Amino acid sequence: MATAAKVGTNFTGVQMSPKDTKRLLDAVNEIHPDVPGDERGMLVERSERNEEADRIGSVPVPGSAKGMLKTSFDMMKGKSPEVFIDKLGERLAFERNGVRLYEAMIAKARNMDTGSDLVGVLQHIRDEEFEHMMLVHAAMEKLGADPTAQTPSADVAGVMAMGIMQVLTDPRTNVPQCLNALLTAELADNAAWELLIELAQAAGHPNIADSFVKAKTQEDDHLVKIKTLMRRDLIMQTK
Amino acid sequence: METISGILDNKGTPLEKQKFTWKEMAGKPISKLDDDAFTRVRIILMNGVETDALRLSHGIARFNKELRLPLAEIRRVEQHQATMINWLIGADHSPLETTVAYEQVAIEVTAAVAQSEPDPYQAQTYRFGLLEDFDHLYRYSAMLDRLEGKDANNILQGYTDIVPGRKTSEHHRHPENDIRDNYEKNSAALITKIHAALITGAEYQTHDYYMNIGPLFADPLARQLYAEIASVEEQHVTQYGALSDPSESHMEKWLVHEAMEVYMYASCAEQETNPRIKAMWERFLDYELGHLNVACEWFKKLEGRDPAEVLAGPLPKMVEFKSQRDFVRQVLAAEVNLRTAGPAYVDKAKEPQSSLDYRNHLASEGLASDIVSAGYQWAPGGELMRKAS
Repeated sequence: MATAAKVGTNFTGVQMSPKDTKRLLDAVNEIHPDVPGDERGMLVERSERNEEADRIGSVPVPGSAKGMLKTSFDMMKGKSPEVFIDKLGERLAFERNGVRLYEAMIAKARNMDTGSDLVGVLQHIRDEEFEHMMLVHAAMEKLGADPTAQTPSADVAGVMAMGIMQVLTDPRTNVPQCLNALLTAELADNAAWELLIELAQAAGHPNIADSFVKAKTQEDDHLVKIKTLMRRDLIMQTK
Repeated sequence: METISGILDNKGTPLEKQKFTWKEMAGKPISKLDDDAFTRVRIILMNGVETDALRLSHGIARFNKELRLPLAEIRRVEQHQATMINWLIGADHSPLETTVAYEQVAIEVTAAVAQSEPDPYQAQTYRFGLLEDFDHLYRYSAMLDRLEGKDANNILQGYTDIVPGRKTSEHHRHPENDIRDNYEKNSAALITKIHAALITGAEYQTHDYYMNIGPLFADPLARQLYAEIASVEEQHVTQYGALSDPSESHMEKWLVHEAMEVYMYASCAEQETNPRIKAMWERFLDYELGHLNVACEWFKKLEGRDPAEVLAGPLPKMVEFKSQRDFVRQVLAAEVNLRTAGPAYVDKAKEPQSSLDYRNHLASEGLASDIVSAGYQWAPGGELMRKAS
């Protein structure tokens, strides 16, 4: 496994260029800001733009023809069923993305001599993320919702995942850095399943809630595994 | 190098031997952390040079059937040179960090050019534009700090000052005040022609880059800041594009551009500190000599003239890639209040009403460049460190 950090000629800090930094600070002290105020002006402007903004998009109208025809169709219940559909869409997008993240991580780990079955663990988690994806897919179909639509929260989850994907697919990142990225995803994923079960119950779908319990248990296991792998590796290198 | 025509004896790499693989083009990036900032400056600049070569070549091809094939053959190589160069920027640069690097290019290279430019009016134009790009760096640095919580000096590595220049809100001018006088092709020095081609190309790529990445931001202030500065970059392209003689033939412009590319790769190869990148500059210098020779042959054939008529004359030393802090500070102190009236440089008090009206309307619903930089003072590690101390 690659070492987490290595000493070298990192040029980014001021200690690498003390003379230039002094000249830069001289300039800063001589030439003052030409616009009065501070960063609070941004707060005011951002909050005004928030007021003016349109939404990201909408949740598709539930009750597709395909869903309606199914005998097992689980009627939409609750005050705002679209909230639950939106979160299901988010989970589906997140799990589908999760499968790809683990595939990228397996590529990173496969040639490393880790002394442990890292690839095996990653493959196991990858397969479970796939199961979860299909689980949510089935739940959405059962509700007559369209699992192929990108709901607003699914779209936002995609924006959040961009950084994690960039870390995992950059050939220069090492295993601990990538495990850290996966940990970010797993922590969010874990809390999200917990919430989704509660939402399913609140929306009046106890069967769907029950079907999600296994996924939550598996996510608990993912979190422990990723945390342990990362901790073990970094502590070993630090000692 | 003392003259370009002197090195024409060197035929460079023949076009048919200028080959690439996809893997080498999309090769390993430089290190944002461990490479010198001027390595990135050269990379950004030369991508701008190559994309401008494509732009000029396409323009010529629209007007000349006979040249379409030779231009297309050279363009294919230039496309791949641009790819290999531009793909050296690593994905750990956020678009805003790359923006800071673009402004460092504009400042340090324009300052170097302004000092070696023999034509006083052209040099004045470079100094004028320099103070605007210098200010863009300050606004973007504030944005980077206040949006991403990052220190622009991690990119600049201490070479470039982060303070206000000519205020961005005062850059927006009526188009009639962006046209500049041009050099006369028969009396201008070769280096004057090269400078105009170089800086126009560099500003063009900056404009295009901002136009592409501006909409990628979620923050409405960042989106608007890019809109405001991209518009200034369009003005800069107008300004610098006006410096060259419109009576030059297409062939003459092609020759000057190829000569500029040779000169720039030679400058990069001479000063590069990363051995892998130095080897690439040397390889591309040989490629450019090949392109220049092809252009010379077509010039002889189509215009029946000796290329030396265009390319003769001494060249100063290579473009210096180094911190131009002292020069920039002098220009800032002396010329921050300059404005333009048509092609003339005038004091702020004499700025034409046309520009004032133009910008007043644009700014009538607010200015992001003012909002994001209000009270911003750089400190090592970002402004929050200053506030904590």
